[in-house]
Amino acid sequence: MQVPAPFEYERATSVEQAIALRAKLGDEARFIAGGHSLLPMMKLRLANPEHLIDINDLEELFYIKEEAGEIRIGAMSRHRDLLDSELLYQHFPIFRDAEKLIADPVVRNRGTIGGSLCQADPAEDLSAVCATLGATCVIKSETGERVVDMKEFHVGPYETAVGDAEMLTEIRIPTASNGGSAYEKVERRAGDWAVVSSGASVWMDGDTITAGRVGLAAVGDNTTQLDGVAELLAGKTASEELYTQAGELAAASCSPQTDNRGTEAYKRHLAMELTRRSLRRAVARAQGQEA
Amino acid sequence: MQVNMNINGEAVSEDVEARTLLVHFIRDDVGLTGTHWGCDTSNCGTCVVLIDGEPVKSCTTLAAMASGHDITTVEGLEVDNVLDPVQEGFMQCHGLQCGFCTPGMMLTARALLNNNPNPSEEVIREAISGQICRCTGYSTIVRSIQWAAEHGTPVSVGN
Ligand SMILES: Cc1cc2nc3c(=O)[nH]c(=O)nc-3n(C[C@H](O)[C@H](O)[C@H](O)COP(=O)(O)OP(=O)(O)OC[C@H]3O[C@@H](n4cnc5c(N)ncnc54)[C@H](O)[C@@H]3O)c2cc1C
Ligand code: FES
Ligand code: FES
Repeated sequence: MQVPAPFEYERATSVEQAIALRAKLGDEARFIAGGHSLLPMMKLRLANPEHLIDINDLEELFYIKEEAGEIRIGAMSRHRDLLDSELLYQHFPIFRDAEKLIADPVVRNRGTIGGSLCQADPAEDLSAVCATLGATCVIKSETGERVVDMKEFHVGPYETAVGDAEMLTEIRIPTASNGGSAYEKVERRAGDWAVVSSGASVWMDGDTITAGRVGLAAVGDNTTQLDGVAELLAGKTASEELYTQAGELAAASCSPQTDNRGTEAYKRHLAMELTRRSLRRAVARAQGQEA
Repeated sequence: MQVNMNINGEAVSEDVEARTLLVHFIRDDVGLTGTHWGCDTSNCGTCVVLIDGEPVKSCTTLAAMASGHDITTVEGLEVDNVLDPVQEGFMQCHGLQCGFCTPGMMLTARALLNNNPNPSEEVIREAISGQICRCTGYSTIVRSIQWAAEHGTPVSVGN
Protein backbone atom coordinates (compact mmCIF):
# COMPACT_ATOMS: atom_id res chain seq x y z
CA MET A 1 0.00 0.00 0.00
CA GLN A 2 1.37 3.38 -1.01
CA VAL A 3 0.52 6.28 1.26
CA PRO A 4 2.34 9.61 1.55
CA ALA A 5 4.40 10.41 4.65
CA PRO A 6 2.59 12.58 7.22
CA PHE A 7 2.07 16.27 6.45
CA GLU A 8 -0.10 19.20 7.47
CA TYR A 9 -2.92 20.15 5.10
CA GLU A 10 -4.39 23.56 4.60
CA ARG A 11 -6.86 24.93 2.09
CA ALA A 12 -6.00 28.26 0.52
CA THR A 13 -8.76 30.85 0.48
CA SER A 14 -7.16 33.37 -1.90
CA VAL A 15 -4.08 33.67 -4.09
CA GLU A 16 -2.61 36.23 -1.69
CA GLN A 17 -3.22 34.06 1.36
CA ALA A 18 -1.76 31.00 -0.41
CA ILE A 19 1.41 32.87 -1.37
CA ALA A 20 1.78 34.35 2.14
CA LEU A 21 1.47 30.86 3.61
CA ARG A 22 4.00 29.47 1.16
CA ALA A 23 6.39 32.35 1.95
CA LYS A 24 6.06 31.64 5.66
CA LEU A 25 6.54 27.87 5.38
CA GLY A 26 9.31 28.01 2.76
CA ASP A 27 10.57 24.90 0.99
CA GLU A 28 8.84 22.59 3.50
CA ALA A 29 5.55 23.41 1.79
CA ARG A 30 4.06 22.73 -1.63
CA PHE A 31 0.93 23.79 -3.41
CA ILE A 32 -1.29 20.95 -4.46
CA ALA A 33 -3.33 21.47 -7.63
CA GLY A 34 -4.75 18.32 -9.28
CA GLY A 35 -2.31 16.27 -7.23
CA HIS A 36 -1.83 13.82 -10.10
CA SER A 37 1.91 14.32 -10.21
CA LEU A 38 2.58 15.36 -6.62
CA LEU A 39 0.64 12.59 -4.82
CA PRO A 40 2.28 9.79 -6.83
CA MET A 41 5.67 11.32 -5.99
CA MET A 42 4.74 11.57 -2.33
CA LYS A 43 3.60 7.94 -2.30
CA LEU A 44 7.04 6.97 -3.60
CA ARG A 45 8.79 9.36 -1.17
CA LEU A 46 10.25 11.24 -4.12
CA ALA A 47 8.62 14.29 -2.57
CA ASN A 48 8.17 14.74 1.20
CA PRO A 49 6.58 18.12 1.86
CA GLU A 50 5.65 18.86 5.46
CA HIS A 51 2.76 21.08 4.43
CA LEU A 52 0.35 20.93 1.53
CA ILE A 53 -1.53 24.05 0.53
CA ASP A 54 -4.57 23.02 -1.49
CA ILE A 55 -5.32 25.61 -4.20
CA ASN A 56 -8.40 23.88 -5.65
CA ASP A 57 -10.78 26.41 -4.08
CA LEU A 58 -9.15 29.40 -5.79
CA GLU A 59 -11.93 30.25 -8.25
CA GLU A 60 -9.87 33.17 -9.54
CA LEU A 61 -7.42 30.71 -11.17
CA PHE A 62 -10.01 28.85 -13.27
CA TYR A 63 -10.51 30.63 -16.62
CA ILE A 64 -9.63 30.72 -20.31
CA LYS A 65 -10.29 34.15 -21.81
CA GLU A 66 -9.22 36.58 -24.52
CA GLU A 67 -7.76 39.87 -23.34
CA ALA A 68 -5.34 42.48 -24.69
CA GLY A 69 -4.42 40.49 -27.80
CA GLU A 70 -3.69 37.38 -25.77
CA ILE A 71 -5.38 34.22 -24.67
CA ARG A 72 -5.03 34.08 -20.89
CA ILE A 73 -5.32 30.79 -19.05
CA GLY A 74 -5.69 30.58 -15.28
CA ALA A 75 -3.21 28.16 -13.70
CA MET A 76 -5.95 25.92 -12.26
CA SER A 77 -7.57 25.27 -15.65
CA ARG A 78 -7.85 21.51 -15.87
CA HIS A 79 -6.80 19.41 -18.86
CA ARG A 80 -10.45 18.82 -19.59
CA ASP A 81 -11.16 22.58 -19.75
CA LEU A 82 -8.28 23.03 -22.18
CA LEU A 83 -9.56 20.16 -24.31
CA ASP A 84 -13.13 21.48 -24.39
CA SER A 85 -12.42 25.20 -24.85
CA GLU A 86 -13.63 26.41 -28.25
CA LEU A 87 -11.82 29.71 -27.78
CA LEU A 88 -8.52 27.92 -27.32
CA TYR A 89 -9.22 25.57 -30.21
CA GLN A 90 -10.01 28.44 -32.59
CA HIS A 91 -6.74 30.17 -31.87
CA PHE A 92 -4.43 27.28 -31.04
CA PRO A 93 -5.64 23.86 -32.22
CA ILE A 94 -2.33 22.45 -30.89
CA PHE A 95 -3.94 22.41 -27.43
CA ARG A 96 -6.75 20.10 -28.47
CA ASP A 97 -4.34 17.86 -30.40
CA ALA A 98 -2.19 17.52 -27.28
CA GLU A 99 -4.97 17.30 -24.72
CA LYS A 100 -6.72 14.45 -26.52
CA LEU A 101 -3.63 12.38 -25.79
CA ILE A 102 -2.58 13.63 -22.35
CA ALA A 103 -3.25 10.90 -19.81
CA ASP A 104 -6.88 9.66 -19.90
CA PRO A 105 -10.26 11.38 -19.47
CA VAL A 106 -10.43 10.69 -15.72
CA VAL A 107 -6.93 12.04 -15.03
CA ARG A 108 -7.79 15.01 -17.25
CA ASN A 109 -10.67 15.85 -14.90
CA ARG A 110 -8.08 16.71 -12.22
CA GLY A 111 -4.68 17.60 -13.71
CA THR A 112 -4.09 21.32 -14.34
CA ILE A 113 -1.98 23.38 -16.73
CA GLY A 114 -0.26 25.05 -13.75
CA GLY A 115 0.64 21.71 -12.21
CA SER A 116 1.86 20.37 -15.53
CA LEU A 117 4.16 23.31 -16.25
CA CYS A 118 5.44 23.45 -12.65
CA GLN A 119 6.09 19.72 -12.56
CA ALA A 120 8.28 20.14 -15.68
CA ASP A 121 8.45 16.40 -16.24
CA PRO A 122 10.62 15.70 -19.32
CA ALA A 123 7.75 13.71 -20.86
CA GLU A 124 5.15 16.35 -20.02
CA ASP A 125 3.36 17.74 -23.10
CA LEU A 126 2.11 21.24 -22.28
CA SER A 127 5.57 22.78 -21.81
CA ALA A 128 6.37 22.10 -25.48
CA VAL A 129 2.89 23.32 -26.50
CA CYS A 130 3.31 26.61 -24.61
CA ALA A 131 6.92 27.07 -25.71
CA THR A 132 6.18 26.72 -29.43
CA LEU A 133 3.32 29.23 -29.10
CA GLY A 134 5.60 31.83 -27.51
CA ALA A 135 3.65 31.79 -24.23
CA THR A 136 4.62 33.77 -21.15
CA CYS A 137 3.97 32.83 -17.53
CA VAL A 138 2.80 35.13 -14.77
CA ILE A 139 4.56 34.32 -11.48
CA LYS A 140 3.23 36.02 -8.35
CA SER A 141 4.93 36.65 -5.02
CA GLU A 142 4.16 38.75 -1.97
CA THR A 143 5.95 41.70 -3.51
CA GLY A 144 4.36 41.64 -6.93
CA GLU A 145 4.43 39.69 -10.15
CA ARG A 146 6.84 38.96 -12.97
CA VAL A 147 6.18 37.72 -16.46
CA VAL A 148 8.72 35.31 -17.93
CA ASP A 149 8.90 33.56 -21.28
CA MET A 150 8.90 29.76 -21.50
CA LYS A 151 12.66 29.62 -21.97
CA GLU A 152 13.18 31.31 -18.64
CA PHE A 153 10.28 29.42 -17.01
CA HIS A 154 11.25 25.88 -17.96
CA VAL A 155 14.68 25.48 -16.35
CA GLY A 156 15.03 21.76 -16.82
CA PRO A 157 13.56 18.47 -15.76
CA TYR A 158 11.51 19.02 -12.58
CA GLU A 159 12.80 22.58 -12.28
CA THR A 160 11.17 25.91 -13.13
CA ALA A 161 11.65 29.61 -12.48
CA VAL A 162 8.93 29.51 -9.79
CA GLY A 163 10.60 30.14 -6.41
CA ASP A 164 9.65 28.83 -2.97
CA ALA A 165 7.56 31.90 -2.16
CA GLU A 166 5.93 32.18 -5.57
CA MET A 167 2.92 30.88 -7.49
CA LEU A 168 2.30 30.44 -11.20
CA THR A 169 -1.04 32.15 -11.73
CA GLU A 170 -1.53 32.63 -15.46
CA ILE A 171 -0.30 31.55 -18.89
CA ARG A 172 -0.53 34.14 -21.68
CA ILE A 173 -0.33 33.42 -25.38
CA PRO A 174 -0.23 36.16 -28.01
CA THR A 175 -2.88 35.73 -30.73
CA ALA A 176 -2.20 36.34 -34.41
CA SER A 177 -4.43 35.77 -37.43
CA ASN A 178 -1.69 34.26 -39.60
CA GLY A 179 -0.74 31.40 -37.28
CA GLY A 180 -1.19 27.63 -37.33
CA SER A 181 -0.22 24.95 -34.83
CA ALA A 182 -0.36 21.18 -34.36
CA TYR A 183 0.79 18.42 -32.01
CA GLU A 184 1.70 14.82 -32.79
CA LYS A 185 2.36 12.12 -30.23
CA VAL A 186 3.05 8.41 -30.23
CA GLU A 187 2.14 6.48 -27.09
CA ARG A 188 2.29 2.77 -26.26
CA ARG A 189 -1.33 2.54 -25.22
CA ALA A 190 -4.27 4.84 -24.46
CA GLY A 191 -3.57 7.11 -21.51
CA ASP A 192 0.17 6.59 -21.38
CA TRP A 193 2.93 9.17 -21.42
CA ALA A 194 4.55 9.90 -24.78
CA VAL A 195 7.14 7.69 -26.41
CA VAL A 196 7.89 10.93 -28.29
CA SER A 197 5.80 14.04 -29.00
CA SER A 198 6.40 16.94 -31.36
CA GLY A 199 4.58 20.27 -31.45
CA ALA A 200 4.86 22.94 -34.11
CA SER A 201 3.64 26.52 -34.43
CA VAL A 202 4.09 28.64 -37.54
CA TRP A 203 3.20 32.15 -38.63
CA MET A 204 2.80 32.62 -42.39
CA ASP A 205 2.79 35.28 -45.07
CA GLY A 206 1.39 33.52 -48.13
CA ASP A 207 3.62 30.48 -48.60
CA THR A 208 6.43 31.92 -46.51
CA ILE A 209 6.95 30.89 -42.91
CA THR A 210 7.76 34.21 -41.27
CA ALA A 211 8.42 32.48 -37.96
CA GLY A 212 8.09 28.90 -36.73
CA ARG A 213 8.95 26.87 -33.66
CA VAL A 214 9.16 23.18 -32.89
CA GLY A 215 9.26 21.57 -29.43
CA LEU A 216 9.64 17.92 -28.42
CA ALA A 217 8.71 15.94 -25.31
CA ALA A 218 10.12 12.72 -23.80
CA VAL A 219 13.47 12.94 -25.62
CA GLY A 220 15.76 14.44 -22.97
CA ASP A 221 16.36 17.84 -21.43
CA ASN A 222 15.69 21.23 -22.96
CA THR A 223 13.78 20.22 -26.04
CA THR A 224 10.63 22.27 -25.42
CA GLN A 225 11.81 24.69 -28.10
CA LEU A 226 14.56 23.91 -30.55
CA ASP A 227 16.40 27.10 -31.52
CA GLY A 228 18.10 25.51 -34.51
CA VAL A 229 14.79 24.51 -36.05
CA ALA A 230 13.34 28.00 -35.47
CA GLU A 231 16.36 29.48 -37.29
CA LEU A 232 15.98 27.01 -40.15
CA LEU A 233 12.27 27.79 -40.63
CA ALA A 234 12.39 31.59 -40.47
CA GLY A 235 11.76 33.18 -43.85
CA LYS A 236 11.58 29.89 -45.78
CA THR A 237 8.91 28.80 -48.22
CA ALA A 238 6.84 25.96 -46.80
CA SER A 239 7.62 22.65 -48.55
CA GLU A 240 7.99 18.93 -47.92
CA GLU A 241 11.78 19.29 -48.18
CA LEU A 242 11.73 21.93 -45.47
CA TYR A 243 9.66 19.71 -43.15
CA THR A 244 12.12 16.88 -43.68
CA GLN A 245 15.11 19.12 -43.01
CA ALA A 246 13.42 20.41 -39.84
CA GLY A 247 12.59 16.84 -38.80
CA GLU A 248 16.18 15.69 -39.29
CA LEU A 249 17.46 18.66 -37.33
CA ALA A 250 14.96 18.01 -34.52
CA ALA A 251 16.02 14.36 -34.35
CA ALA A 252 19.67 15.41 -34.12
CA SER A 253 18.97 18.10 -31.48
CA CYS A 254 17.54 15.84 -28.79
CA SER A 255 18.96 13.17 -26.50
CA PRO A 256 16.49 10.29 -26.18
CA GLN A 257 17.39 7.24 -24.13
CA THR A 258 16.60 3.61 -24.67
CA ASP A 259 14.02 2.42 -22.16
CA ASN A 260 10.91 0.27 -22.05
CA ARG A 261 9.12 2.71 -24.35
CA GLY A 262 11.62 2.21 -27.18
CA THR A 263 15.21 2.38 -28.35
CA GLU A 264 17.13 5.58 -28.85
CA ALA A 265 17.11 5.02 -32.61
CA TYR A 266 13.35 4.48 -32.70
CA LYS A 267 12.78 7.64 -30.69
CA ARG A 268 15.00 9.68 -33.02
CA HIS A 269 13.03 8.30 -35.94
CA LEU A 270 9.81 9.39 -34.22
CA ALA A 271 11.23 12.86 -33.48
CA MET A 272 11.96 13.20 -37.19
CA GLU A 273 8.66 11.86 -38.49
CA LEU A 274 6.42 13.55 -35.89
CA THR A 275 8.12 16.89 -36.52
CA ARG A 276 7.44 16.53 -40.24
CA ARG A 277 3.80 15.77 -39.53
CA SER A 278 3.24 18.52 -36.95
CA LEU A 279 4.84 21.12 -39.23
CA ARG A 280 2.86 19.97 -42.26
CA ARG A 281 -0.36 20.21 -40.29
CA ALA A 282 0.50 23.55 -38.66
CA VAL A 283 1.17 25.07 -42.10
CA ALA A 284 -2.06 23.65 -43.53
CA ARG A 285 -3.97 25.15 -40.64
CA ALA A 286 -2.26 28.53 -41.01
CA GLN A 287 -3.35 28.49 -44.64
CA GLY A 288 -6.91 27.61 -43.69
CA GLN A 289 -6.72 24.22 -45.40
CA GLU A 290 -7.41 22.10 -42.34
CA ALA A 291 -9.46 22.75 -39.24
CA MET B 1 -8.07 16.55 10.78
CA GLN B 2 -11.83 16.65 10.36
CA VAL B 3 -13.24 15.88 6.93
CA ASN B 4 -16.90 16.30 6.04
CA MET B 5 -18.49 15.16 2.83
CA ASN B 6 -21.68 13.81 1.37
CA ILE B 7 -21.32 10.22 0.28
CA ASN B 8 -24.27 8.90 -1.70
CA GLY B 9 -26.42 11.63 -0.19
CA GLU B 10 -25.42 10.96 3.41
CA ALA B 11 -23.34 13.36 5.44
CA VAL B 12 -20.14 11.77 6.67
CA SER B 13 -17.76 13.35 9.16
CA GLU B 14 -14.56 11.69 10.36
CA ASP B 15 -11.30 12.61 12.00
CA VAL B 16 -8.49 11.31 9.78
CA GLU B 17 -4.81 11.84 9.10
CA ALA B 18 -4.26 14.45 6.40
CA ARG B 19 -2.43 11.89 4.32
CA THR B 20 -5.44 9.57 4.07
CA LEU B 21 -6.27 8.85 0.46
CA LEU B 22 -9.91 9.09 -0.56
CA VAL B 23 -10.04 5.42 -1.60
CA HIS B 24 -8.95 4.26 1.88
CA PHE B 25 -11.24 6.74 3.56
CA ILE B 26 -14.23 5.38 1.66
CA ARG B 27 -13.30 1.73 2.16
CA ASP B 28 -11.79 1.69 5.65
CA ASP B 29 -13.27 4.65 7.51
CA VAL B 30 -16.74 4.72 5.96
CA GLY B 31 -16.86 0.99 5.24
CA LEU B 32 -18.08 1.18 1.65
CA THR B 33 -15.98 -1.52 0.04
CA GLY B 34 -17.69 -1.39 -3.35
CA THR B 35 -15.00 1.07 -4.41
CA HIS B 36 -12.04 -1.09 -5.38
CA TRP B 37 -8.39 -0.40 -4.94
CA GLY B 38 -6.03 -1.81 -7.55
CA CYS B 39 -2.87 -0.39 -9.10
CA ASP B 40 -2.50 2.46 -6.60
CA THR B 41 -0.83 4.47 -9.40
CA SER B 42 -3.78 6.19 -11.16
CA ASN B 43 -3.62 3.79 -14.09
CA CYS B 44 -6.33 1.13 -13.66
CA GLY B 45 -9.38 3.21 -12.73
CA THR B 46 -11.08 0.68 -10.50
CA CYS B 47 -11.00 3.26 -7.68
CA VAL B 48 -13.01 5.82 -9.68
CA VAL B 49 -15.71 7.65 -7.73
CA LEU B 50 -17.69 10.71 -8.74
CA ILE B 51 -16.77 13.99 -7.06
CA ASP B 52 -19.52 16.52 -7.77
CA GLY B 53 -20.57 14.27 -10.63
CA GLU B 54 -17.14 13.95 -12.28
CA PRO B 55 -15.15 10.69 -12.35
CA VAL B 56 -11.93 10.96 -10.36
CA LYS B 57 -9.31 8.37 -9.36
CA SER B 58 -9.67 8.17 -5.59
CA CYS B 59 -6.23 6.57 -5.09
CA THR B 60 -4.74 9.86 -6.26
CA THR B 61 -6.99 12.22 -4.28
CA LEU B 62 -6.74 13.04 -0.59
CA ALA B 63 -9.83 12.61 1.54
CA ALA B 64 -9.05 16.14 2.70
CA MET B 65 -9.35 17.42 -0.89
CA ALA B 66 -12.79 15.83 -1.19
CA SER B 67 -14.01 17.45 2.02
CA GLY B 68 -17.01 19.66 1.38
CA HIS B 69 -17.91 17.87 -1.84
CA ASP B 70 -20.52 15.36 -3.01
CA ILE B 71 -19.18 11.87 -3.58
CA THR B 72 -20.97 9.07 -5.41
CA THR B 73 -19.65 5.53 -5.04
CA VAL B 74 -20.94 2.42 -6.76
CA GLU B 75 -23.24 1.81 -3.77
CA GLY B 76 -25.01 5.07 -4.66
CA LEU B 77 -26.14 3.81 -8.06
CA GLU B 78 -28.90 1.66 -6.62
CA VAL B 79 -31.67 3.46 -4.75
CA ASP B 80 -34.40 1.66 -2.77
CA ASN B 81 -33.66 -1.64 -4.48
CA VAL B 82 -33.96 -0.10 -7.94
CA LEU B 83 -30.84 -0.61 -9.99
CA ASP B 84 -29.40 2.11 -12.18
CA PRO B 85 -29.80 1.32 -15.91
CA VAL B 86 -26.00 1.05 -16.03
CA GLN B 87 -26.13 -1.77 -13.48
CA GLU B 88 -28.97 -3.42 -15.40
CA GLY B 89 -26.98 -3.06 -18.59
CA PHE B 90 -23.94 -4.78 -17.07
CA MET B 91 -26.21 -7.67 -16.07
CA GLN B 92 -28.02 -7.88 -19.40
CA CYS B 93 -24.90 -7.68 -21.57
CA HIS B 94 -22.37 -9.55 -19.42
CA GLY B 95 -20.39 -6.37 -18.71
CA LEU B 96 -18.40 -8.09 -15.99
CA GLN B 97 -16.65 -11.34 -15.30
CA CYS B 98 -14.48 -11.11 -12.17
CA GLY B 99 -16.02 -7.73 -11.31
CA PHE B 100 -12.83 -6.05 -10.21
CA CYS B 101 -12.97 -3.15 -12.68
CA THR B 102 -16.75 -2.89 -12.51
CA PRO B 103 -17.35 -0.15 -9.90
CA GLY B 104 -15.10 2.30 -11.73
CA MET B 105 -16.50 1.34 -15.12
CA MET B 106 -20.09 1.83 -13.98
CA LEU B 107 -19.45 5.22 -12.40
CA THR B 108 -17.63 6.53 -15.45
CA ALA B 109 -20.52 5.23 -17.56
CA ARG B 110 -23.06 7.00 -15.34
CA ALA B 111 -21.17 10.31 -15.57
CA LEU B 112 -20.86 9.93 -19.34
CA LEU B 113 -24.58 9.25 -19.79
CA ASN B 114 -25.48 12.19 -17.55
CA ASN B 115 -23.55 14.50 -19.89
CA ASN B 116 -24.35 12.70 -23.12
CA PRO B 117 -27.42 10.42 -23.06
CA ASN B 118 -26.68 9.08 -26.54
CA PRO B 119 -22.95 8.47 -26.88
CA SER B 120 -21.47 6.75 -29.94
CA GLU B 121 -19.35 3.64 -29.47
CA GLU B 122 -16.25 5.75 -30.05
CA VAL B 123 -17.26 8.20 -27.32
CA ILE B 124 -17.93 5.33 -24.90
CA ARG B 125 -14.55 3.75 -25.61
CA GLU B 126 -12.81 7.10 -25.09
CA ALA B 127 -14.64 7.68 -21.79
CA ILE B 128 -13.48 4.36 -20.30
CA SER B 129 -9.99 4.53 -21.82
CA GLY B 130 -8.47 5.38 -18.43
CA GLN B 131 -9.73 2.13 -16.96
CA ILE B 132 -8.41 -1.37 -17.37
CA CYS B 133 -10.44 -4.57 -17.62
CA ARG B 134 -8.50 -7.81 -17.69
CA CYS B 135 -11.49 -10.06 -18.36
CA THR B 136 -14.07 -8.87 -20.83
CA GLY B 137 -12.07 -7.44 -23.71
CA TYR B 138 -14.21 -4.30 -23.28
CA SER B 139 -16.79 -5.16 -25.96
CA THR B 140 -19.39 -6.30 -23.47
CA ILE B 141 -18.73 -3.24 -21.31
CA VAL B 142 -19.37 -1.01 -24.31
CA ARG B 143 -22.57 -2.95 -25.06
CA SER B 144 -23.68 -2.67 -21.43
CA ILE B 145 -23.31 1.09 -21.55
CA GLN B 146 -25.19 1.22 -24.85
CA TRP B 147 -27.94 -0.85 -23.23
CA ALA B 148 -28.13 1.67 -20.40
CA ALA B 149 -28.31 4.55 -22.89
CA GLU B 150 -31.28 2.89 -24.57
CA HIS B 151 -33.13 1.92 -21.40
CA GLY B 152 -34.59 4.06 -18.71
CA THR B 153 -33.59 6.97 -16.58
CA PRO B 154 -31.15 6.83 -13.70
CA VAL B 155 -32.36 6.70 -10.14
CA SER B 156 -29.01 7.28 -8.49
CA VAL B 157 -28.15 9.91 -5.95
CA GLY B 158 -26.99 13.18 -7.43
CA ASN B 159 -29.20 13.05 -10.49
C1 LIG C 1 -1.77 8.06 -15.30
C2 LIG C 1 -1.23 9.41 -15.66
C3 LIG C 1 -0.87 9.67 -16.98
C4 LIG C 1 -0.38 10.93 -17.34
N1 LIG C 1 -0.03 11.16 -18.65
C5 LIG C 1 0.42 12.38 -19.02
C6 LIG C 1 0.76 12.67 -20.37
O1 LIG C 1 0.63 11.83 -21.26
N2 LIG C 1 1.22 13.91 -20.67
C7 LIG C 1 1.35 14.88 -19.72
O2 LIG C 1 1.76 15.99 -20.05
N3 LIG C 1 1.03 14.65 -18.43
C8 LIG C 1 0.57 13.43 -18.07
N4 LIG C 1 0.25 13.19 -16.75
C9 LIG C 1 0.46 14.23 -15.76
C10 LIG C 1 -0.80 15.04 -15.55
O3 LIG C 1 -0.92 15.91 -16.63
C11 LIG C 1 -0.68 15.79 -14.24
O4 LIG C 1 -1.96 16.11 -13.85
C12 LIG C 1 0.17 17.06 -14.31
O5 LIG C 1 1.48 16.79 -14.65
C13 LIG C 1 0.26 17.76 -12.99
O6 LIG C 1 -0.85 18.55 -12.81
P1 LIG C 1 -1.53 18.60 -11.37
O7 LIG C 1 -2.49 19.71 -11.42
O8 LIG C 1 -2.03 17.26 -11.03
O9 LIG C 1 -0.29 19.04 -10.45
P2 LIG C 1 0.11 18.63 -8.96
O10 LIG C 1 0.45 17.21 -8.90
O11 LIG C 1 -0.91 19.15 -8.01
O12 LIG C 1 1.41 19.53 -8.80
C14 LIG C 1 2.61 19.26 -9.51
C15 LIG C 1 3.71 20.21 -9.00
O13 LIG C 1 3.43 21.56 -9.38
C16 LIG C 1 3.33 22.40 -8.24
N5 LIG C 1 2.27 23.35 -8.56
C17 LIG C 1 1.01 23.04 -8.99
N6 LIG C 1 0.34 24.18 -9.29
C18 LIG C 1 1.18 25.22 -9.03
C19 LIG C 1 1.06 26.65 -9.17
N7 LIG C 1 -0.06 27.23 -9.63
N8 LIG C 1 2.13 27.43 -8.82
C20 LIG C 1 3.27 26.84 -8.35
N9 LIG C 1 3.43 25.50 -8.21
C21 LIG C 1 2.40 24.70 -8.56
C22 LIG C 1 3.05 21.48 -7.09
O14 LIG C 1 3.50 22.03 -5.87
C23 LIG C 1 3.84 20.24 -7.48
O15 LIG C 1 5.17 20.40 -7.14
C24 LIG C 1 -0.23 11.94 -16.36
C25 LIG C 1 -0.60 11.70 -15.03
C26 LIG C 1 -1.09 10.45 -14.68
C27 LIG C 1 -1.48 10.22 -13.26
S1 FES D 1 -6.26 2.03 -7.85
FE1 FES D 1 -6.66 4.06 -8.49
S2 FES D 1 -6.32 3.97 -10.61
FE2 FES D 1 -5.78 1.94 -9.97
S1 FES E 1 -14.38 -7.90 -15.17
FE1 FES E 1 -12.49 -8.64 -14.42
S2 FES E 1 -11.24 -6.89 -14.66
FE2 FES E 1 -13.04 -6.27 -15.66
